[in-house]
Amino acid sequence: MKKLINAAEDVVAEALQGMERAHPELKINHELKVIVRGDAPVSGKVGIISGGGSGHEPMHGGFVGKGMLDAACPGEVFTSPTPDQMLEATKAVDGGAGVLHIVKNYTGDVLNFEMAAELAAADGIDVEAVVIDDDVAVQDSSFTAGRRGVGATVLAEKICGAAAEAGKSLAEVKELCERVNANGRSMGMALTSCTVPAAGKPTFELGDDEMEIGIGIHGEPGRERRPVASAAEVAKLLVEPILADLPYAEGEKALVFVNSMGGTPLIELYIIYNEVAKILAEHGVEIARNLIGPYITSLEMQGCSVTLLKLDDEMTGLWDAAVETPGLRWGA
Amino acid sequence: MAEESTVTVADLVAWVHRFSEVIAEHADELTQLDSAIGDADHGTNMRRGCRAAVEALAAAEPEDVTGFGRAIAMKVISTVGGASGPLYGSFFLALGTAGGNTSSLDAGGTVAALKAAVEAVRTRGKAEPGDKTMLDALLPAIAAMEATLDEGGTLSEALAAGTSAAEEGMVATIPMLARKGRASYLGERSIGHQDPGATSSWLLIRSASETLAA
Repeated sequence: MKKLINAAEDVVAEALQGMERAHPELKINHELKVIVRGDAPVSGKVGIISGGGSGHEPMHGGFVGKGMLDAACPGEVFTSPTPDQMLEATKAVDGGAGVLHIVKNYTGDVLNFEMAAELAAADGIDVEAVVIDDDVAVQDSSFTAGRRGVGATVLAEKICGAAAEAGKSLAEVKELCERVNANGRSMGMALTSCTVPAAGKPTFELGDDEMEIGIGIHGEPGRERRPVASAAEVAKLLVEPILADLPYAEGEKALVFVNSMGGTPLIELYIIYNEVAKILAEHGVEIARNLIGPYITSLEMQGCSVTLLKLDDEMTGLWDAAVETPGLRWGA
Repeated sequence: MAEESTVTVADLVAWVHRFSEVIAEHADELTQLDSAIGDADHGTNMRRGCRAAVEALAAAEPEDVTGFGRAIAMKVISTVGGASGPLYGSFFLALGTAGGNTSSLDAGGTVAALKAAVEAVRTRGKAEPGDKTMLDALLPAIAAMEATLDEGGTLSEALAAGTSAAEEGMVATIPMLARKGRASYLGERSIGHQDPGATSSWLLIRSASETLAA
């Protein structure tokens, strides 16, 4: 294992220390590992928190700030944070208008956020939760843990953060979050595995001439393993299942999010985006907005994911609204 | 009830010490199993959580079964993370609640507390037998313990039978199709791998057998 770390067990703590030095506008609770926006709680504003295993940076800590998250709870690498962290975050951001938990659909995250919501409710805080499950690689059925939460999480955090900033109520922000989830679909792929620092070796094996289609952001194997193919072919393998799952009528608008799994450079993301745009043009889908870069990563994994969000005017306006976070920043 | 069948709070604490030891010994193996069908962190997380639980028990010095369960549950929930934190935390919380404000349990009380603990895991995780989870080791273990006591066996015999049943249940997860947790994302590809949660659960029951009726 080659990594720029000091000790595997200190990875999350030392990254938080670095983040604090780089972003003095954030408040960081090192003991409980909670990243909070500097001016929290904002009186009268719905608080939004999220959290999940570390290793997906900038998600979620990099999305804390005005116009997005009020707080984030990082767990150990690829491990859900714990209810005591989430409770602390919930209390820290409660400005009297309630708190929304944005939860990615993984068993650990869901169980821990459920316990945190029970604890917060016992403390008299109005908490709602939305579980994001946008990964079309997973068959959705009542006999499994259901679809995973991936790329749509980033979009939901941005759009809901803007709505909360604009003074929307907890019920309205929750409904909006559910709408983003219902209209967002993602599919990812990997060219290489990734290594969890504490494990010391790659999470899975992938041959030099192989790729995994439908990969999860923790290196969970996906739908199928096949020989490495061209960017044009990969784009097709990612976009077609999304469109099959949520068809677009002629002229409907999409936000296209091409994301790096961590190890894939921007130049390759643009090649993928170019191919995605061609496919969408064939289907008559208008690309109204885009986001390209590493935003929901899987350590150093090479690969990418594509998320399509079917936009309405409200979502588009909220996407364009000002955001000031370490990971996303515009209009401020 | 024979003298040997009394489980004291000190025995329960010894159980957690022993569990922490065997988890440390098997941590790499648990992580290996988890990397096949999960996210390669089960051994690391359990080792961290068990160490913290041992420290929490030393600090709390619980005098009754409820205090024991509560001290360990809150620590496990806040240090293990993942799905295992809430699941093992719920196990110990329910065990303590069922055991009650008493400093010792007889054979029937011990098995009843273990049963309540396993039911709490089932409720929290919303899993059923055959889903390829912890429950596939835990539920057969409880059934075997109850059967042994019903037939007039001692607690020592019941825990031994429970350990064998947990091990069989653990091995039986190999051909199962995962329906809960991260392994369920693999669908058919989860078949052929032993469930890491069922494996740590077998170690939990085995540790109980080595300490509670020694």
